[in-house]
Amino acid sequence: MASLLRMPSLSPTMESGVISGWRKQPGEHIDVGEVLAEIETDKAVMEWEMADEGYIRQLLVEPGQEVRVGTPIAVLGDSADEDISTLLAQARTGGAAARPDSAPARADGAPARPDSAPARADGAPARPDSAPAASTPPAPTPAAAAPAAPAQPAATSSRPPTTAAAHPAPVAPSRNGERVKISPYGRKLAVQRGLDWRALTGSGPGGRIVAHDVETAATAGTGAPAPGAAPGADFEDLPLNMMRKAIARKMTESKQTVPHFQATRKVRMERMLAAREALRQDYPDLKVTVNDLLIKVCAAALRLHPVVNSQFLGDRIRRFHAVDIAVAVSTDDGLITPVLRAADQKGLRRIAEEVRALAQKARERKLTPEEYQGGTFTLSNLGMFGVTEFNAIINTPQACILAVSAVVKEPVVEGDGLAVGQTMNLTLSSDHRVVDGVAAAQFLDTLARLIQNPVALLL
Amino acid sequence: METQQITYREALNQALAEEMERDPLVFLMGEEVGAYNGAYKVSQGLLDRFGPMRVLDTPIAENGFTGLAVGAAMTGLRPVVEFMSFNFALVAMDQIVSNAAKTLYMSGGQFPLPMVMRGPGGPAARVAAQHSNSLESIFAYFPGLIVVAPSTPADAKGLLKSAIRSPGPVMMIENEILYGVSGAVPLGDHTVPIGKADVKKTGRDVTIVAHGRMSYMVLAAAGVFAREGIDIELVDPRTIKPLDIETIAASVRKTHRVVIVEEGHRFCGVGAEIADQIYSTCFDDLDAPIVRITHTENPLPYARNLEAASLPNVDQVVLAAKGVLYRA
Repeated sequence: MASLLRMPSLSPTMESGVISGWRKQPGEHIDVGEVLAEIETDKAVMEWEMADEGYIRQLLVEPGQEVRVGTPIAVLGDSADEDISTLLAQARTGGAAARPDSAPARADGAPARPDSAPARADGAPARPDSAPAASTPPAPTPAAAAPAAPAQPAATSSRPPTTAAAHPAPVAPSRNGERVKISPYGRKLAVQRGLDWRALTGSGPGGRIVAHDVETAATAGTGAPAPGAAPGADFEDLPLNMMRKAIARKMTESKQTVPHFQATRKVRMERMLAAREALRQDYPDLKVTVNDLLIKVCAAALRLHPVVNSQFLGDRIRRFHAVDIAVAVSTDDGLITPVLRAADQKGLRRIAEEVRALAQKARERKLTPEEYQGGTFTLSNLGMFGVTEFNAIINTPQACILAVSAVVKEPVVEGDGLAVGQTMNLTLSSDHRVVDGVAAAQFLDTLARLIQNPVALLL
Repeated sequence: METQQITYREALNQALAEEMERDPLVFLMGEEVGAYNGAYKVSQGLLDRFGPMRVLDTPIAENGFTGLAVGAAMTGLRPVVEFMSFNFALVAMDQIVSNAAKTLYMSGGQFPLPMVMRGPGGPAARVAAQHSNSLESIFAYFPGLIVVAPSTPADAKGLLKSAIRSPGPVMMIENEILYGVSGAVPLGDHTVPIGKADVKKTGRDVTIVAHGRMSYMVLAAAGVFAREGIDIELVDPRTIKPLDIETIAASVRKTHRVVIVEEGHRFCGVGAEIADQIYSTCFDDLDAPIVRITHTENPLPYARNLEAASLPNVDQVVLAAKGVLYRA
C-alpha cells in the first residue's frame, strides 16, 4: 500500500523546510535508514533518513521550494507499479489525515463554503488556523480531481485537476497574534521574490496584502532608485535563504521586545596574553585562542553571578544551574551560535577542541539541533576584524550577551604616569527585566579581575 | 480572409440554408418559421427554397413538437427546432430534460439525438418577467445537453453550423437584441468549434468573462474602459457547456483578476460555475476574489427604468474592474 511522505519536523522550532536535494529518484528502492533527501531548515542542512523501506514512486516537491512541515512531499509505495492516483489526488488537496486507501470523493476537513453575499468585494473566506503540524491548506479547498463522467459525444465536462500540488502549502500567517491576509497571487509573488510577506502592510480591504504591495516592497527593499535617479540604475535582488530569514526574525524580535542596555569595561590584556604564550611554549600542540580563554573566564564568572545566567519568562525568572555558552560563529550564509555545554566544567583544552569542532560544523551547516539550541549566555568576538567596541543584540531568550573587541596597544595610565598597554573592550548587553545596572557592572568587574589575573581562575 | 458584413439574423439564415442544402436530413420546425418567414425573420425564404417537407410550421405546442423532434432524431433525421423565444421552451421541459438529454445514455448509446433547439433567450426590450428568462444554467445543469450562446454574427453562423453537424443535442441560445447587429462573417463554409472560447479583446489589466449580449455590451464599451485607464481582456466562452476553462484560465494567469458579467440570475447562474472552475484552476494566480455582475434578485420588471436597474450595465462593470484592481 502506498503512502504519502510528509515534510518532517526536524527541530522544535521548525515550521517549514526546503529540500536542497533528493538522493533518490522515482522508481528507486530505498531501505530503512537510507537518506531520501537533504532538508534545509533555518539552522542547518540535515539528512532525512527513512523509517520505512519501499519504492519512491513520485517526488511532489522541487528542490529549492519552501514547504511547510507536514506537507506531502513524496509518495512511497510497496511496489514499483501500484496505482497511486488516489494518493496523488489526496496530496493535491493536502488531506490532513492521509488515508491512502480511501476514495478522494471529499477532501478531509474541507471547510464549508463561505456565505455568498452579493457584490462581495473583500473578505477572504474564513479559514481554520492551521497548527504547525497540520497540512490542511486554507479554504476553499477544491474537490479532489474526480475522473470525468462517462464520455458522451461532445457533451462531457470533466473538472480539471487542481494545481495545488504544484505549489507549496501555505504557512499559517500571524502578526501580533492577528491573522495576516494576503491574496493567493500576492503570496506567490512574495515567495518568488523571497520576501517575508508577514512583515508587509496590506493596502487591500481588511489589510489584505495584494500583489501591488509585494511588488512595491520588493523594489523598495533592494534600494530602488530614488525619484529622479537615472533610469536603469543598477541593483540586484537577493532571495533570502532560510538562515537569513531566521536571523531577520530573531534579531527583530529581540530588539523589539527586550529592553537592552549596554555596559562597557576596558581591561588590560597583558597577563592573559602572557599566560597564553606560556602555555604555547610548554604545550606546542595545544591550540588555544584568546576566545577560548574568554569562554573559560565567562564560565567562571557566570557561576559567581547567576543573575546573568538567567532568562525572563514573563511571569518569572529562570536561573540556570548549567552554564552553556553559545559562541557566535560567522558562516557564508550568516551568523549562527553553536553551544558549548557545561562550559564551567570543562578545561581549557577541551573547550578549545570543542569550539573548533563546532565552528567547523557550523560552517559546513552540519550542526545538529542539540548543538545549536539552548545556551544560557552568548559570547561574540569581532576582535579579529579590528573592531574596538560594539553592542551585540541579545540572543533571546537569554538575558545577556558579551561583545569582545580587538586587543590594541595604546597609552595607559599607571600610577600618575603614562605607559604603553594592551587593552580590550568588553561590552555587555543585558535584558533589564532580569539584570539591573549594578548586576551588569559587577559581572563585568569579575570578568575584568579574572582576565587581568588569570591565575585567579584556580580559585 | 474574405468576409461579408451581415447581421446576426442573416448569419443564422445563411447557416440554416447552407446546412439544409448540404444535408437533406436537416429540417426546420417551429412556430411561424414557414409561411410567415419566421417571427424574427431568421428563416426568411427557407420555405420557398426548400419546401414544406423541410420547413414545418407547428402549432403552439412546444412540448408536442419538441417530442416530435426527439422522435425524428431517434430515426436519424436532423431537426432544428425553433422556440419563438426560449421562455416557451419551459413548456417543453419534460421533453428536453427527460428525453432529449437522457435518451442517448438510457438507450445504452443506441439513440444519439442529432437535434438543435434554438431561439432568442434572455431579456429583450421591455418584454417583462415571463419573456425575459436566461435559461443557460438551467439547461447546462443536465448532463447530456450542449449549450452554446453566440454573441456575434460570425459566432452565430459558425456555431449553428457546428451544432447542426454535431451528434447533439444542442441548445443554442441567441438574443433578440443582437439579431440586428452587423458584423464581419467569413465567406464560405465558416464553422466555429463547439467548446472553444474566444478572446474578443486582449488586454493586461483584468479578465472580463461575458457571453451573449453581455459580451457585446462590454466589447462595445471598450472605449469607456480605455478612458478609465483599464486595459480589459474580454473572454467570450461562446459555448457554456462544455466550458473552455483553459482559455479563461490562461487569461486569468495573465491578469490575476476576474469580473464575470451575465444577464442571468446570480444564484446558480453560469457565472457561479465559471467562478468555481477558475478558483479550482487558478487559485494561486488570483490577486482578488472573483466579482460577478448579474441580473438582480427579482423577476424582470416591465417599466423601462426598472428593467435597466435590474440588468448589468457598463458602469457596474467599470466599478467592478476598478475594485479588483484595488483602484476603487
